[in-house]
Amino acid sequence: MSKTFYIESISDRAARSLDVSIWWTLGHLAIALLTVSLLVVFLGFGLIWLERKIAAHFQCRLGPNRVGPFGIFQTLMDTIKLLLKEDIVPFRADKVLHLFAPFLALATPVLILGVIPYGPLQQIADVSIGVLFVSAVGGFGVMGILVGGWSSNNKWSTIGAMRAGAQIISYELSATLALLVIVLFSGSMKLSEIVASQQDGWWVWRAPGVGFLAFSIYLISSTAEINRLPFDIPEGESELAAGFHTEYSGMRFSMFFLAEFINMFVAAGLAATLFLGGWMPFHIGDWSSFNAVMDLIPPVAWFSMKAFFVIFVIMWVRWTFPRLRVDQLMHLEWRFLLPIGFANLIVASLIALTNLYFFPLAGR
Amino acid sequence: MAVTVRNLDEVLQSTPASENPLATEEYFVNMGPQHPIAHGSLRIVLRLDGETVKEVIPVPGFVHRGVEKICENFTYRQIVTMTDRLDYLSALMNNWLVAKTVEKAAGIETNSRIETIRTLMAELQRLQSHVLWWGVLGMDLGAATAFMYGFREREIISELFEETIGARLTMNYIQPGGLMYDIHPNFVSRAKKVIKHLKRVIGEYETLLSNNIILQERFRMVGILSPERGIALGCTGPVIRASGVPYDLRKIEPYGVYGDVDFNVVIGQRGDCWDRYYVRMIEMHESIRIVEQLLDNIPMGPYMTLRYNMPIVVPKGRYYEQIETARGAMGVFLVSDGESEKPYRWHFRSPNFNNLWAVTEITPGWRIADIIAILSSFDLVIPDIDR
Amino acid sequence: MDAASLIEIVIAHGPHIVRVESSNVPAVSAPREGYADLLQWLRDDERLRFDLLLTHTAIDWPDRDCFELVNVLYSTVHGHYLTVSLEIPRSNPIAPTASFIWPIAHWQEREAYDLFGVLYDNHPDLRRLFLEDDWVGFPLRKDYRDEYMLERPVWP
Repeated sequence: MSKTFYIESISDRAARSLDVSIWWTLGHLAIALLTVSLLVVFLGFGLIWLERKIAAHFQCRLGPNRVGPFGIFQTLMDTIKLLLKEDIVPFRADKVLHLFAPFLALATPVLILGVIPYGPLQQIADVSIGVLFVSAVGGFGVMGILVGGWSSNNKWSTIGAMRAGAQIISYELSATLALLVIVLFSGSMKLSEIVASQQDGWWVWRAPGVGFLAFSIYLISSTAEINRLPFDIPEGESELAAGFHTEYSGMRFSMFFLAEFINMFVAAGLAATLFLGGWMPFHIGDWSSFNAVMDLIPPVAWFSMKAFFVIFVIMWVRWTFPRLRVDQLMHLEWRFLLPIGFANLIVASLIALTNLYFFPLAGR
Repeated sequence: MAVTVRNLDEVLQSTPASENPLATEEYFVNMGPQHPIAHGSLRIVLRLDGETVKEVIPVPGFVHRGVEKICENFTYRQIVTMTDRLDYLSALMNNWLVAKTVEKAAGIETNSRIETIRTLMAELQRLQSHVLWWGVLGMDLGAATAFMYGFREREIISELFEETIGARLTMNYIQPGGLMYDIHPNFVSRAKKVIKHLKRVIGEYETLLSNNIILQERFRMVGILSPERGIALGCTGPVIRASGVPYDLRKIEPYGVYGDVDFNVVIGQRGDCWDRYYVRMIEMHESIRIVEQLLDNIPMGPYMTLRYNMPIVVPKGRYYEQIETARGAMGVFLVSDGESEKPYRWHFRSPNFNNLWAVTEITPGWRIADIIAILSSFDLVIPDIDR
Repeated sequence: MDAASLIEIVIAHGPHIVRVESSNVPAVSAPREGYADLLQWLRDDERLRFDLLLTHTAIDWPDRDCFELVNVLYSTVHGHYLTVSLEIPRSNPIAPTASFIWPIAHWQEREAYDLFGVLYDNHPDLRRLFLEDDWVGFPLRKDYRDEYMLERPVWP
C-alpha cells in the first residue's frame, strides 16, 4: 500500500548539476538564497501579525485592523517606521560587537531554515547529519544574545545576557535528548529520512508513550531556548527593562525581534518534522479512501498546518502564563526535564530494541 | 551636638566591603525611575550580588509636588481637588477623607443618603482599584493577558463613575458637607449590572492567575512580613492584614454606613506575597457584598447640606482623621488657627509612603524577580508616596 | 480606656508632660528631657502599647519661634490614639530620633528633615527624601521663599 517518496533537495540538484554547467549550480544556489530570504520576510511579517491577532483574541480585543484588510500590513508599516528610526550605539559600548550581534542572533535560525524539509521536493540542503546540525547550530544562537548583552555597556543587558546563557545552554540538553529519541526510532539523522520513516504513523504516538513525552519535553525546552514566555527571563521586560536588547533601537532591535520569531518557526518546524510527521499526510492504517483524500492536500500544506499548530500552542502559552523565576527555571531543567529526558531515552531504546510499535514499520 | 546629613552618593560609596575573600563583586543598579516596575516614577537603587539583592534603597520624590504646601494656601473645598492627585486609584476615598476631617472638625452634619452614597462609591472605587492592581500584577509577572482583563473591568466601573460624576480619574465628588452631584437615575440599575458582571469575572481571574502553578510558586513563602515587624514598619491596609493583623478602619472605627452593613475583614496567615495577593482577591468579594447590600437601600434626602459658596472655617485646634483606602490607612493631620478658611498645617499620612519602607526590610536576600513580585503585592501608587 | 484616663496615665509618667487642649485625639506635649524615654515607655507599657506610629510630622510656629514635632500613635492592642508633641527651637532644630523605637520613624523623620530642616540626633541615615540633595532651604517652613514660587492673589 505504501509508496516510496523520492526526496531531492536543492543542494542535491546543485551538486548533480556541477557536471552540466557551473551556471546551473550558481542558479540553484541563487534560488536557495532567494527562497530563504523570502521565507524569512514572509515569516517575519506573517508571524508577527499572527502573534498580534492571537494575543488580541486571548485578550478579548481586536488587534491590528486599520492597515489593510485585517491589519495585515501593520507589520510592514512598523518595519518602515523602525527603518527610519535612529540607530543608537551607547556611549562606551563595544561598537563593532554591538552592531554585529543582531545579525549573529538572526543567522542561527536562518541557517536551520535551510535544512528543514518543507515538502518532498522543498528542501534546500538535505544534510546527512541533520539532527546534529540542528542541535549544533541551534546552540550557537546564544552567542548573539550574549554578545548583544555584553557589548551594550549596560548592567541590565549584561544580567539578561548572563541569564540567557545559563538558560539556553541548559535547555539545549533536554531538547537534544528529546531529538535523540526520534533518531533512535527512525535510525537516521537525515531529516528527510526521519520524515520518510513516519509514513505509517507519526512518532508522537507511534512510539508508545515515549514519543509523546519526548514531544512534550522538546516543546517545553524549545520554548525556553527561544526565550518566550513563560521562560523569557533574559528579556523579562518588567524585571530587566528589556534585558539583552535594552540598548538596541530601530532596525537592530527588530533584528532581535525577527530572530525570535524565526526561531519560533524553526522550533515548531522541527517539532513538526520530527514528531508530527513533517510533510507526511495524516493516514489511518488501511482506510485507503480516507488516505487518498488526505493525499490530495499538498505536502507543504501539511507541513505548514503542523508547524503553525505548534506555533499556536507556543503563542497560547505565551499569552496565558506568568514568567518563571530564574532559579525555578533551572530547577525545572536540572531536576525534572533532564532526568525525565534520560529515563525517556532509556525506555525508548528498550522499545526500539523490542520493536514495540503501535504501527509496525512496513518494511521490517 | 552635631548632626551629620548625608547625600545619596555618600551612602552608595560607604558600602562596606565583603569580609569573605571569595565573595563576588557587588554592584549597584538603578531600578527606575524609568523602569516598567516603577509604576510612575520610583527610583530604587539595588545593591546586587549576581542576581541576589543585598540592599534596597528607595529614592522617591520624582513626583513630589509639594501638596502639603499647596494645601496651606487652599480652602478646604479646594483641598479636595488635591487629594484626587495623590492616590489616584482611591480618589473618592481620599475625597471622603477631607470631607470627613472637615465635617468632624467644623461640626457639619450630613444625612444618611450622603453617607450611603459615599460608602457605595468608596467600595466601587476599591473594587476598581483592586481590579487594576490585579491586572498590573499580572503584567509585572509577565502575564499580559491579565493586564487587559483588569483594564477591561476597570473601564466598566470607570464608565459607571463617569455617568454620575463626569470624571473618570480625578473625581472631586465627595465634598465637605455632602456630594458634588446627586447620583444619576441610571446609577442603581447600572451598578447592579456591573456587580453581576464582576462576580463572574473575578472567578475568571482566579482561573487565569490564582490557579496558575507558576504564580503560586512565585508568590508562596516569598517576602514574608511578620505581624510585629509589619506594625513596627507602619504598614496598614491589605499588607498588614495579610500578615494576620485585623486592622481595618471600616470595622474598628466605622465611618459612613460601614457600621450597618455586613462584611468580613480578610486576614492572611503567613504574610507572604501570596497572602497579600489573595487578601485582595477576597476583599473584592467583600466589597461586592457591601455594594449589593447598599444598592437597594439608598435613603431619600438632599445630597448636599451646605451651600457651595458658604465658607467653611474650622475651629482652632488640631485634628487627626483616618480612612481606609484601597491601600491602607490614609490620614490627615490638620492644624487650624480658627480664623481663616485655610488650614495652618495640613499633613497627609499616606499608606503607600509607609508601606514602601517595609519593602526595603523584606527584600534583601531575595532575587531581582522576587522584588518584582514583592512590589506588585504591595500595590504602590507613586504619587501618593511623593505627595 | 477613655481619653481622660489615658492622658492621666501619660501625665503621671513624668514631670512637665502637659495636656494639649482642643485636639480631637488625646494629645500631650512632652519636654525635651526624657523625650526618647517617654516614647519608649509609651510603646512598651502594658496599659498603653502604642505599637503603631501612624505619622510623624512637624508644625512651624514662627511667632513662637519653634517647631512642634508631632507623633500620632495608635495601639493595635488596645485601639487608642495619642498625639505626643515636642517643641524645639527654630534656631537649633535638633531632636532625638525615634527610629530605634518605631522603624517607620526612620522615613517619617527623613521627610520632616527634608521639608522642615529638623535635624535628628543619632538618626541612622539622615538625608533628603523627596527633594534633591543639593536643594537649598526647607519648603514647608512658613518663611520659605523660592524665586519660582507663585504668590497667590488675595481674593477680596
